[in-house]
Amino acid sequence: MTGPRAPGTLAAAWLMARKDLAIEFRTRTAFFSALVFAVLAICIFYFTWDESVISPAERAPGVLWVVLAFSALLGLQRSFGLEEEDRGIDALLVSPISRESIYLGKAIGNLLFLGAIQVVTIPALALFYNLPVGRPLLVVTGIVVLAMVGIVAVGTLFSAMAVNTRLAELLLPMLSLPFFVPILMNAAQASWRVLAGRPLLESWPLLKILIAFDLVFVVACTLAFPFTLEE
Amino acid sequence: MTTDPLHGVSSRRGPEPKPLDVKPLFDWFFVLAALAVIGLYVRAIYFTPIEALQGAAQKIYYIHIPAWLSAYLSVGITALMSIVYLWLHDERADRLAEASAEVGLVFLTVGLTTGSIWGRVIWGAWWVWWDMRLTLTLFLWFVVAAYLILRGAIEDVEMRARYSAVLAILGALLIPFIHLSVYMFAARLHPMPVVLKPSAPSLSPEMLTTFLLGFGAFTLLCIALIRARYRLGVQRDMLAALEDVGGGGVS
Repeated sequence: MTGPRAPGTLAAAWLMARKDLAIEFRTRTAFFSALVFAVLAICIFYFTWDESVISPAERAPGVLWVVLAFSALLGLQRSFGLEEEDRGIDALLVSPISRESIYLGKAIGNLLFLGAIQVVTIPALALFYNLPVGRPLLVVTGIVVLAMVGIVAVGTLFSAMAVNTRLAELLLPMLSLPFFVPILMNAAQASWRVLAGRPLLESWPLLKILIAFDLVFVVACTLAFPFTLEE
Repeated sequence: MTTDPLHGVSSRRGPEPKPLDVKPLFDWFFVLAALAVIGLYVRAIYFTPIEALQGAAQKIYYIHIPAWLSAYLSVGITALMSIVYLWLHDERADRLAEASAEVGLVFLTVGLTTGSIWGRVIWGAWWVWWDMRLTLTLFLWFVVAAYLILRGAIEDVEMRARYSAVLAILGALLIPFIHLSVYMFAARLHPMPVVLKPSAPSLSPEMLTTFLLGFGAFTLLCIALIRARYRLGVQRDMLAALEDVGGGGVS
């Protein structure tokens, strides 16, 4: 699909991701607002349960996943909104890179954006909910990475679709959240078990569903992305 | 429109509909379907025995299960027509997908409501998350609702068709994952939810006949509704085309 002088699919994708991250790095508004939202939500959720009935460590996984899903939506929202302002998407479409590269680049950019937020929120969660820092937390971080891949895969595609509609900001959560259901269900169940000190093998079937979801939706969304572009 | 809306889908773009050829929405097919459904309930209420274990509550099966069958039939048509649309770019496939999704949402709502009422009587709770069918159907309901909201949010006809087809196909891929996830979740809480729900073997011949009638009547109703909704779509597009011509801009 690419011309002889054009960069390869992955190289072009990386260029795209770097462009988005450079824009984000210079303004940092979206990053900080998503970050503050995530930490704020973690703090607020602390007061939604009776501490004497359910210990903070037991409800930490639930908080983690709710906060992750909603902070992801905040990041995804601006992914294609960025290109809409000065019709930057048109410039991308005429540039000699494939449609798939645009999608993958956007997805990689979103993954790094979301990952950077988790670098702060997971320690914040451990701090505020008194989670033991150690191997279980590291395993949960691994589960977070698995889940983020799936969330970003579908979220990036829907972000591209939502910006072209009348409802823009409102539509993205409505489209994305049903697709987050299998991710959140399995990831939350698995991380709950890991933090409770159960063996990882017990959560393996849940993680297998996560991995399968990631594979299926990364491929499906990459293939579907060209259909979401205006020619 | 000279082509049969339900069968003219696989071919390429048909002739443009003539502006004055407007058919009434409620046709003989619809009347037939309505009569079949009325007949079904007369039989289900007066001529079918009451089930021994569940009592009268079991009679909700005659609306609940056929409604779900129709819901899955409609949603299946939507997914299939979305693939056809992305492949052939035939606007009729898109209209059929839209019609089926809307009818599907109605049947899904009926299925969820009746399932919940039945659950209240048999399980003692309006909602149980470990029941695979209820939970799976609830999320399917959300996907179909999102599909229709997406359609409502896009004005450009071609773009609306493309976007909604992409969503429908991804939604079809999502269903097995939700199914699997709910199964894993349910398996932890309850050994096997199916055992709690007495089904086929306990049916008497009269009940079975009523069931089969129910499937027939609801399938007929489902097709009649999709057909009516499809025609509405055709007329809406004709109106839009006429308004376009009137405004001076032919697309």
